[in-house]
Amino acid sequence: MNDYNAIVIGGGHNGLVTAAYLAKVGRRVLLLEQRGVLGGAAATEAVFPGCRVDTGAVDASLFADEIVRDLFLKMAGLHFVEGKVAVFAPQPDGRSLTLYPDVHKTAQEIARLGHPQDAQKYPAFVQQVNHLTAVLQTMMRTPPPDLHTLSLSDLTAWGKVALQTRRLGGREMMALLRILPMPVAEYLDTWFQSAALQGAIGAAGITGSYLGPMGGGTTLMLLYQASGGFGRSRFVLGGMGQLAQALAGAARQNGAEIRLHTAVARILLNEENAAIGVRLADGTDILADAVLSSLDARRTFFHLVGAQHLEPRFMRQVRAIRYRGSTARVNLLLNGLPQFNGQESAAQLSGHIRIAPSLTYVEKAYDAAKYGRFSPQPYLNATISTLADPTLAPTGQHLMHITMQYAPYHLRDGNWESERERLGDHTIATLAQYAPNLPALIANRQVITPLDWEQQYGLTEGSIMHGQMGLDQLLVLRPVPGWSQYRTPIANLYLCGAGAHPGGGVTGIPGYLAARELLRQKAGV
Amino acid sequence: MPVPTPFHGRTAVLCESYDWRSWAGYLAVSVYEPSHEREYYAIRNSAAAIDVSPLFKYEISGPEAARLVDRIITRDVTKCRVGQVMYTPWCDEDGKLIDDGTVARLGENLFRLTAAEPNLRWFTDVGYGLEAQVRDVSQELAALSVQGPNSRAILKQVLTGVDLDGLGYFRLAQGEVAGVPVTVTRTGYTGDLGYELWIRPSAAELLWDALFAVGAGYGLMPAGMVALDIARIEAGLLLIEVDYKSAHHALIEAQKSSPYELGLGWAVALDGADFIGRRALRAEKARGSEWAFVGLEVDWLSLEKLFAQVGLPPQVAGRASRTAVPLYKNGRQIGQATSHTFSPILKKQIAIGQVRRTYAAPGTPLEIEITVEHVRQRARAVVVQTPFYNPPHKKA
Ligand SMILES: Cc1cc2nc3c(=O)[nH]c(=O)nc-3n(C[C@H](O)[C@H](O)[C@H](O)COP(=O)(O)OP(=O)(O)OC[C@H]3O[C@@H](n4cnc5c(N)ncnc54)[C@H](O)[C@@H]3O)c2cc1C
Repeated sequence: MNDYNAIVIGGGHNGLVTAAYLAKVGRRVLLLEQRGVLGGAAATEAVFPGCRVDTGAVDASLFADEIVRDLFLKMAGLHFVEGKVAVFAPQPDGRSLTLYPDVHKTAQEIARLGHPQDAQKYPAFVQQVNHLTAVLQTMMRTPPPDLHTLSLSDLTAWGKVALQTRRLGGREMMALLRILPMPVAEYLDTWFQSAALQGAIGAAGITGSYLGPMGGGTTLMLLYQASGGFGRSRFVLGGMGQLAQALAGAARQNGAEIRLHTAVARILLNEENAAIGVRLADGTDILADAVLSSLDARRTFFHLVGAQHLEPRFMRQVRAIRYRGSTARVNLLLNGLPQFNGQESAAQLSGHIRIAPSLTYVEKAYDAAKYGRFSPQPYLNATISTLADPTLAPTGQHLMHITMQYAPYHLRDGNWESERERLGDHTIATLAQYAPNLPALIANRQVITPLDWEQQYGLTEGSIMHGQMGLDQLLVLRPVPGWSQYRTPIANLYLCGAGAHPGGGVTGIPGYLAARELLRQKAGV
Repeated sequence: MPVPTPFHGRTAVLCESYDWRSWAGYLAVSVYEPSHEREYYAIRNSAAAIDVSPLFKYEISGPEAARLVDRIITRDVTKCRVGQVMYTPWCDEDGKLIDDGTVARLGENLFRLTAAEPNLRWFTDVGYGLEAQVRDVSQELAALSVQGPNSRAILKQVLTGVDLDGLGYFRLAQGEVAGVPVTVTRTGYTGDLGYELWIRPSAAELLWDALFAVGAGYGLMPAGMVALDIARIEAGLLLIEVDYKSAHHALIEAQKSSPYELGLGWAVALDGADFIGRRALRAEKARGSEWAFVGLEVDWLSLEKLFAQVGLPPQVAGRASRTAVPLYKNGRQIGQATSHTFSPILKKQIAIGQVRRTYAAPGTPLEIEITVEHVRQRARAVVVQTPFYNPPHKKA
């Protein structure tokens, strides 16, 4: 008998969810994380002395509530803080637009900016988005049918999605089919005239992707980002990494073993090409009945399994996955709060501060990336975590996390080593156009490039979603066509990270569904 | 438009019949003379030179070259020593034949593969992640096949630096002709004593001339595809797109074949290292194949009878046919003959093809469709072992 029923590779939030669910039903679980911290792309780290910095994800509104309940995460120390503001969008003309969780308050704000027609339509827009995301939520929680077998139980599960779609009524159903593949710029054009409003809402459609808002499928990303509730921002007390800590607590409570600083070098296969365990970077072999990898498919199969163990047709599919990271991060320690043009209260900065004055602006930012350069006028999404939890930095100081697009993984000229600080300067200069006092407040800064994501966080090509979330890489097509059920052509090897259905973001759903699939497959083990 | 091979300067002037065909995009002679008979008998009784340059050739090298070759082919490459050549099929992930050819081990980490079709992308993808390089050397090598009982005697006078008497069946050696390096492999597509010569294209005509300067006295003749086709059926050798369809071109599953279904089970090393298709072939082996490869001899009396009904002697002698015909048992179709020919040396009508497994035992009487004056008839045939023609000098 092996020492473990399951080895989970990677201590990002999905790996932890998998480990916690498996431990909860009595499986002997070992989770291995290469870094010294848990959380992966959703970690809180001691970047600056005396501070807890969110290095990756900041907003936890996508995280599935049922996981919080199933694993008693509140008891394990998870507390959310709802942002009073969804988006604060300073404008080049010195004014600003604020989107609140409350639909009517937001409508008033839109009217105040001189767009009464948009204000009038806003509630209907939110209603449509909510209808569509309701279907999306069910889809995200339903493993896509297995195309090899098309089993009845798979299809029954999807019947629910179909039913829900039908309940939307004919018009909404048509809307869903029409809207999902649309460029977000065109979708919002059908609703609003205000460029500022389009930018503030629509920029979410390019999150983590190597596409501009005029790219097909970006509306789907807008809805995906809204699937935790449109117009919402939600943070974690103690920083995003506290979610990982709570998950780790729940896993350990049920007997799971978690090892940090433990990189997996290889997934061990037997003669029949079935996974039997892992080999660590230090050469130790650990055997298990099943191996679950929360790394993206490319890393899992090419780095840990080895392409030479894959059948060519599967190898080609994995090779064809588009990663193309486009996101950089600038973290700042500030000696006070920045003052943005058009900002009236500090509370306005408690959600997402978004520099996307129009979708044309964002598309232009993308133009540079198309040709292998980072955007000179980037799209920025900043949050100040110390507004949700002041203990994250020394008293009086603030932490600002600026997510920047586009920073293409493949640079045409130069390399990310030489471009890193230049990108940091550009990002700050862009933000300073809207908050002139910002540069003077900076006490410390950290720049994370797509190459850093790859080398330090294990994200292939710096893709924060573990693979682009285009329509051709979702649902039955994620991670590759025909293998959307967490299983892989390597027996006993499962995928449980963001590279699997439904995809990236801090949802916990891939981790949860993978654990469920493993238990279904290996009910007796 | 097909392009000329490196031997074209010589073959073109000899091709009196003007009967050319396209082989893999190259001009290939079908028959040099108006009839193929002398060319065929040269293969069987003296010696024939056949331009096989259109074959696709790949070189696989690098520290993991052997692993890559092993992953491609169904045979166990660890059994192939340096200086050895292996005939082998290779399969897709489902254990269905993609192509077949020879693997020559030129060095510990250096192999040359011949193929009937382009395989660069496949070999490269199978090798993805391995430290091995695949190079298409098709254009860098001219190939001339010298086949027939006199082939060794001729080559002994043409090639230097090779001990042809010591060169065993499916072995290779390096020699020279007039100072130009030539790789000699004791291989061929005729089932006779024979060799294949691999040389840089610029020296192709030099090789040809050297051969014919000596060969005339040994009855050496150039031979085309028509003669070769008869010889290869007599030898029971498969032809891609005729006797099987490559899994890469098949439109439906039923068009694909496994090595077991083509009489190549002996070339499947299930216990060796993993290769593409092994899992599927293991399963097929355990389950039993649906189809089996057979050789058939058509009953001559039965043929005579069918033709006698319309007042003709059997009209069979001539070129080999690549058109499949149905095979029957008790009135039910149970398979098809994919290649058939009159064998001049055996004086028999022979065929190769596939039947449902239960009818594959040697001695099983079957019926083969034959068209007599536009009317479909059935002649008696019996399953026999291949090769039909297997002279002792092949391996001697
Ligand atoms: C800058 C940025 C901002 C983001 N913002 C948000 C946001 O606000 N909201 C949101 O929902 N999502 C956001 N995301 C996306 C989200 O963070 C990720 O999609 C999600 O965290 C992926 O989780 P995961 O568990 O699937 O994978 P990961 O978090 O990538 O976890 C994989 C883990 O495996 C480890 N690992 C890699 N290789 C090995 C190995 N060989 N051996 C052992 N361990 C290994 C890694 O170190 C890592 O800890 C953001 C991402 C980034 C980078």
